[in-house]
Amino acid sequence: MTKEDIIKPENLVYQKPRLLNDNPMHYCPGCSHGVVHKLIAEVIDEMGMAEKTIGISPVGCAVFMYNYLDIDCQEAAHGRAPALASAIKRLWPDRLVFTYQGDGDLACIGTAETIHALNRGENITIIFINNAIYGMTGGQMAPTTLLGMKTATCPYGRVPEIHGYPLKMTEIAATLEGTCYVTRQAVHTVAAIRRAKKAIRKAFENSMQGKGSNLVEIVSTCNSGWKMTPEAANKWMEEHMFPFYPLGDLKDTSETK
Amino acid sequence: MAEEVVLMKGNEAIAHAAIRIGVDGYFGYPITPQSEVLETLAEQKPWETTGMVVLQAESEVAAINMVYGGAGSGKMVMTSSSSPGVSLKQEGISYIAGAELPCLIVNVMRGGPGLGTIQPSQADYFQTTKGGGHGDYHLIALAPASVQEMADFVGLAFELAFKYRNPAIILADGVIGQMMEKVVLPPFRPRRTEEEIIAQCPWATTGNKGRKPNIITSLELDPAIMEQRNLHLQEKYAEIEAKEVRYEEINCEDAEYLIVAFGSCARIAQKAMEHAREEGLKVGLLRPITLWPFPSKAISDRAQQTKGILVVELNSGQMIEDVKLAVQCRVPVQHFGRLGGIVPDPDEVINALKEKLIQK
Repeated sequence: MTKEDIIKPENLVYQKPRLLNDNPMHYCPGCSHGVVHKLIAEVIDEMGMAEKTIGISPVGCAVFMYNYLDIDCQEAAHGRAPALASAIKRLWPDRLVFTYQGDGDLACIGTAETIHALNRGENITIIFINNAIYGMTGGQMAPTTLLGMKTATCPYGRVPEIHGYPLKMTEIAATLEGTCYVTRQAVHTVAAIRRAKKAIRKAFENSMQGKGSNLVEIVSTCNSGWKMTPEAANKWMEEHMFPFYPLGDLKDTSETK
Repeated sequence: MAEEVVLMKGNEAIAHAAIRIGVDGYFGYPITPQSEVLETLAEQKPWETTGMVVLQAESEVAAINMVYGGAGSGKMVMTSSSSPGVSLKQEGISYIAGAELPCLIVNVMRGGPGLGTIQPSQADYFQTTKGGGHGDYHLIALAPASVQEMADFVGLAFELAFKYRNPAIILADGVIGQMMEKVVLPPFRPRRTEEEIIAQCPWATTGNKGRKPNIITSLELDPAIMEQRNLHLQEKYAEIEAKEVRYEEINCEDAEYLIVAFGSCARIAQKAMEHAREEGLKVGLLRPITLWPFPSKAISDRAQQTKGILVVELNSGQMIEDVKLAVQCRVPVQHFGRLGGIVPDPDEVINALKEKLIQK
């Protein structure tokens, strides 16, 4: 008896996306990366773009994105993903090209590449995972670390006199002429996951329709780096991250472009 | 029909050759003395003719990473810059070498260190041939000595880069980039079709149609696998060293003294050699065309018959280290160089030859 004999297609209400493979993920339990990977896999498949997508993975926890998504991927140097994506999209205009970057990658070492790719209006989508910390290197201060937040390199809390202020890259992106759709989402509840998926779909469609560049920020948790349980991390994110990084669309010219 | 001879700068020849041989993309950033490459491409508008992408990047860092992306997707892509800009590109070059991607980098060298000067120099020899970026890797390095070679080496560099899946570099200098000379440009060749790219580059990120996903990366956390990757690179480099050494010998058959020089210095050294011959001195010139792989055997063979070798460079003595390794102390090897953007005249070279080798 096969799985298909037991589960009739008409009774199937949910299944793992086809483009998400069976490799065990290295992400910590409670991390947002796995959910966002799943949404990307679903959207690419639903758009029928599985054979025409090129993803760019960053340096950071998501460096191994290519181990989990069954699409062509290129691994960039730290912060440089938008440069790779710009070139690939210009050289292969009918391909779906996206980057997947964390806050350190996108808002610190790759600030120039990010702003200029967005401002040139490259027909790409940037998925921006903002968990306010450097996860892979062990929980150091990120450009988006909140004031007062403790990390390995600001163990007494982030203070502006020493560390400067958290950077709102998505707000900056919304001011750029080249961007089409700039939004901030989260994946901590079922409703939020549905909204985030719609945002990713809209961004990917915009980039295929030549409407300009798209930025989808996902305010995320890093419960290991934050030294919290997954549940406490979600609560902390709602109480502390959302007031400073409010969810919703910051710019949407999808209909007018 | 006779070949069309045109007069242009070395930098312009690079741009025209790139369009003609079917390059898919150029990504650059302005810096003296190589800005004419991007300027010529912008003026020629190849996106309207061949479909070539030309993009002025926000930095040299971005430009080389655009090349990394384009090369990973199987396209024929290139960048150009000058010394300080090429320093910025080293991160990307290391990734490209690690991911084994074909591409072309052009360095029209100027004097350093630091911001230095905009005048010509050959002080990036170490950077080019000994790594530059991090890790055990090599670039296939071609050193043009004329505007004609600037044009010819664009095609040669891509041919070698794709043959070995390895980045290639044209190491020119401000003299070769800015000098105007007669040149016959390569014939027009159409850019490869999508099918041709996929057939030539089955490893490229073109979209995984009918195959498993292709991954372009230089990352491997398992040291046992990473060592194997490095050993594979070294095997490839050994093959390139065995098959791709290029050099030119002029008047070497009876030479008692040998000058070794590359690029613009080889042009000056050639004139010095001619003057020396008029004086009755049996001087020959050996010009490395590939700086890596280096013509060690050719220099070693010639060293047998000579009384001494003078290495002439626009630096304080960089290529001389490779010449000395080739010669193994069998004959004296001396250096003559001018620094900081100064270009010597042939008489200075002859005087150096006499003082450092003949009158000793």
